[in-house]
Amino acid sequence: MQTLTYRDALNQALREEMQRDDRVFLMGEEVAEYDGAYKVSRGLLKEFGSMRVVDTPIAELGFAGVGVGAAMVGLRPVIEMMTFNFALLAIDQIVNSAAKMRYMSGGQVGVPIVFRGPGGAALQLAAQHSQAFESWYAHIPGLKVVMPGTPADAKGLLKSAIRDDDPVVFIEGEMLYNLKGDVPDGDYTIPIGVADIKRAGDDVTLVCHSKTVGVALKAAEQLAEEDISAEVVDLRTIRPMDTETVLRSVVKTNRCVVVEEGWPFAGVGAQVVDTVQREAFDHLDAPLLRVTGADVPMPYNKALERAAKADPSQVVAAVKTVLYRE
Amino acid sequence: MATKIVMEALSPTMEEGRLVEWKKQEGESVTTGDVLAEVETDKAVMELVARADGVLLKQVIAAGTTVPVADLVGIIGEPGEDIAALVDGAGPKSPPKQPEAVAPAAPPPAPMQQAEGSPAPETSAPVRPPMAAPGQRIKASPLARRIATERGLDLAAIRGSGPEGRIVKRDLDRQPAATPGATTAYPSAGFTDVPLTMIRKAIATRLAQSIGPIPTFYLTTEVEMDRAWEAREALKALGPEGKVSFNDIILKATALALRQHPACNAWWQGDHLRLWHEVHVGVAVAVEDGLITPVIRHADHKSLREISSETRDLADRARARKLTPEEYTGATFSVSNLGMFDIDQFTAVINPPEGGILAVGSIVEKPVVVAGQVSVGRRMRVTMSCDHRVIDGATGAQFLQTLTLLLENPLAMVW
Repeated sequence: MQTLTYRDALNQALREEMQRDDRVFLMGEEVAEYDGAYKVSRGLLKEFGSMRVVDTPIAELGFAGVGVGAAMVGLRPVIEMMTFNFALLAIDQIVNSAAKMRYMSGGQVGVPIVFRGPGGAALQLAAQHSQAFESWYAHIPGLKVVMPGTPADAKGLLKSAIRDDDPVVFIEGEMLYNLKGDVPDGDYTIPIGVADIKRAGDDVTLVCHSKTVGVALKAAEQLAEEDISAEVVDLRTIRPMDTETVLRSVVKTNRCVVVEEGWPFAGVGAQVVDTVQREAFDHLDAPLLRVTGADVPMPYNKALERAAKADPSQVVAAVKTVLYRE
Repeated sequence: MATKIVMEALSPTMEEGRLVEWKKQEGESVTTGDVLAEVETDKAVMELVARADGVLLKQVIAAGTTVPVADLVGIIGEPGEDIAALVDGAGPKSPPKQPEAVAPAAPPPAPMQQAEGSPAPETSAPVRPPMAAPGQRIKASPLARRIATERGLDLAAIRGSGPEGRIVKRDLDRQPAATPGATTAYPSAGFTDVPLTMIRKAIATRLAQSIGPIPTFYLTTEVEMDRAWEAREALKALGPEGKVSFNDIILKATALALRQHPACNAWWQGDHLRLWHEVHVGVAVAVEDGLITPVIRHADHKSLREISSETRDLADRARARKLTPEEYTGATFSVSNLGMFDIDQFTAVINPPEGGILAVGSIVEKPVVVAGQVSVGRRMRVTMSCDHRVIDGATGAQFLQTLTLLLENPLAMVW
């Protein structure tokens, strides 16, 4: 076991997969000479050369399209989006090309590609650069959406994403890059589509992913002080979603709060709620509640920004509501 | 903020209630739980209690008036509070029902009527109906509904603690399965409530401290069953309908013994004892995942044949989960029989608020000494669990003496 930052865990995953399979290459803005805007690709240019670690112009639609083409002819591109805010420019390639090719070619042409980079808000990056788009991608049949919340999950899931034969949108978090955690040694993978119970509990299920794993765990700690035992279920993969793990937990606790960074309307939590109310109806003792980012463009002002983000106190309040405690 | 007092559904089947008498006058201050009025339901005269603190501002209906469940009967609020809107907003009140009234049926109360034309006056927080009125949808969480079905609980009789009176899991956790609570709607005619004497209070407190919430002690005795055996064999000669079980005989004897020992036919009610004038014997029946105790009502007045057929019917329906709440609540004493499993003797757990339960073992043939001679006899051991707050050692022992006498001389049951 080693202690790694989330950033270094991703770096290891990339390095190991590039060593393992020479069809894997990394392409994006500043990934090579600059070692990556967030240093996720540190040292890769030196080790693998400029044919496999490729700097691009600021042209997201262009290099996303090049990546899709490369994948169609047999390579395994990893396309770094400096942030997923910029991937808005590339979304036609992601949604219309990457996600549709296998279907529209009658199964003849797969697109084994990974689009990766940080999503959601960091600190004071304002409205255009603080957006959580996972529900956009998760909406699309043909895309897998992976969002690890810990270094170990980041490494194991990125390796699975690179080895996957279909397009994977792999959303990281700028605020997670410095998060340290234990990471197993050696070559290990975590399957896509499997959630993880980050903390066991009996009274309420907290469903979360990515950055909100930390939020939910902190809330669970505060709740424990009041003798409320919360189970924290980290989805890890948004699509395909591991609804079985979620349902098993809710059947045990009878109550559920879904926590996510993004906006409420048609968010990931709405999908979770849909499944749980249908599949676990007779096990629910309270309506499901959601804790989300505020339904506004992210404010630049520091205090307002803090107020717009889902935080542990909101989770605690929601839990008390579903437990009918004041 | 003013709170409406509405006619509550005080029994599961109640649709309207007659306000017999106001116990609080206008202007009197009331606190939650105070008895506001006596209400005659389809079953009995019950108490309507305050759900809020304040002053009784208005008696909306007069004593003697009958109104449907959920209709406004009064208002609680702050002194001097303007309640005109509340009273007016209540819609046309149902006129007092008089049996001889020949006028065409009055229009049904229309609580939503004010919605037309002018917006509904927003005068008070929505009144939390303590229990759903008949025909009204019962608000309960899906989990609560499932648990209620499983445990055979009647949601209409349960007060929800969630928003808008929603019944949630914890409300059912508080509900002892198939046991009426202290406030259950049972006829208040068939018993005498006895205030606790100082010594009874002291016994209750000290013994509960010593043993647990129900300070139980056990009395065991051995009953000679030869004559009961003969009697049962003799009844068999009558054909199929003469077939009775030993349990039926024991139930009958128990009921008769209870009649003679009212102190053992009693409920612990926290601050008083309830001595029942009626004998309702609960019969523990094993069901697939637990047990349920259907009740033979007025068992002391029933013949062995009636007890036998009723027990069989109740047990069958218990196993099929077809019992209604009325059929498994309200026992004044219970009997649990494991004789058919070859259990010689055991102790049964009291089903509160009942004061006792009789645990019946199997009938065995064994050497017995009769008049100095060893012979073979049939013997059965019974153990009575007694709530010491209700039943004292000597009281229980006397009851068992009577029971033994009846079982040993079955003819005494019909004498």
